[in-house]
Amino acid sequence: MCETSCMAQTWVVVPMYNEASVIASVIKELRKSLPHVVCVDDCSTDDSAAQARSAGAIVVQHPINLGQGASLQTGFEFVRLIPEMTEVVTFDADGQHQVQDALDMVQRLRDEKLDIVIGSRFLDNRTDMSGLKRFVLRLATGYTRITTGMALTDAHNGLRVISRDMIFELQLRQNRMAHASELVDQISLHKATWAEHPTHIVYTEYSKSKGQSVLNAINILVEIIFK
Amino acid sequence: MTIIFQILAIIAVIVVAIVMLRGGGARNQAIQRIFMLLFIVAAGSSIFVPQVWTFAARLLGVGRGTDLLLYITVLAFLGVAATTYRRFRRLENDLTAMARQVALARADNQQNSSEVPEPPAADGDK
Repeated sequence: MCETSCMAQTWVVVPMYNEASVIASVIKELRKSLPHVVCVDDCSTDDSAAQARSAGAIVVQHPINLGQGASLQTGFEFVRLIPEMTEVVTFDADGQHQVQDALDMVQRLRDEKLDIVIGSRFLDNRTDMSGLKRFVLRLATGYTRITTGMALTDAHNGLRVISRDMIFELQLRQNRMAHASELVDQISLHKATWAEHPTHIVYTEYSKSKGQSVLNAINILVEIIFK
Repeated sequence: MTIIFQILAIIAVIVVAIVMLRGGGARNQAIQRIFMLLFIVAAGSSIFVPQVWTFAARLLGVGRGTDLLLYITVLAFLGVAATTYRRFRRLENDLTAMARQVALARADNQQNSSEVPEPPAADGDK
């Protein structure tokens, strides 16, 4: 397995909004194997930024709340300025992802020389979720398949690994939740090479309370149609 | 006869949709202003010479002049909603770009390390 030395070029972008209670432990866990973490604080009202900083992350703070998509794009633009950066991991701040999954995905991106590796909850049966959530996520992947021709099994997974070249191509304009679909659109537009990787998502009570309501799918759809 | 009006109304809706989805610019603004002028003339004439509206409504197969006026108002409202949405969207994009530059510039100052060599250049974010 790849140890710290060869991971040194991998940067982790963590979009964050009011996650003070968990962010420090998430970042500490990440930094054991991925030391370069940039946290994009979307103008949190709690002390998330201080927590993240104390855990050793670089914190980029939005002066106003813009949304998760905007946070990701800010993170991308930050890491573009780092010459040593070879790939970028996007990782949710609520601790629902596994660091080991991220490491495996980085390895895969390098081994197979891919532009992007996208996490998927549906490639194995590890992730436990409600039937309704599963159904809405299925609808979303169906929509993605129709509009981009990419046969993704999970279009809205926050865990991704993106190559340096691809980071320079991405330009997310969807500030809120529609950015996940937009990202897939841009991947297909640039004819990037991609793969899906099975990931395990742990829905704790905390991440569930922070997660989006399935009704939000309607908002996402409207935002996509009326760009 | 109503079919004529329905066709016209559908065309108007499509035009609004196109205006909504396509970029703005001076030409669009000019068209908007022409519509605004027409609307003012329409409003004035409906007060002073309402018979004209009844006449036009009969011509289009829409019964009364007030009905025709209502339809036009609904369409005009749709147009306003569409352009307002677009304008807000553009504003939001600009605001995002600016907030992002502020965030990145501030991160720079705080760190003053060699990891980030220079302040982010303004890119071509429309």
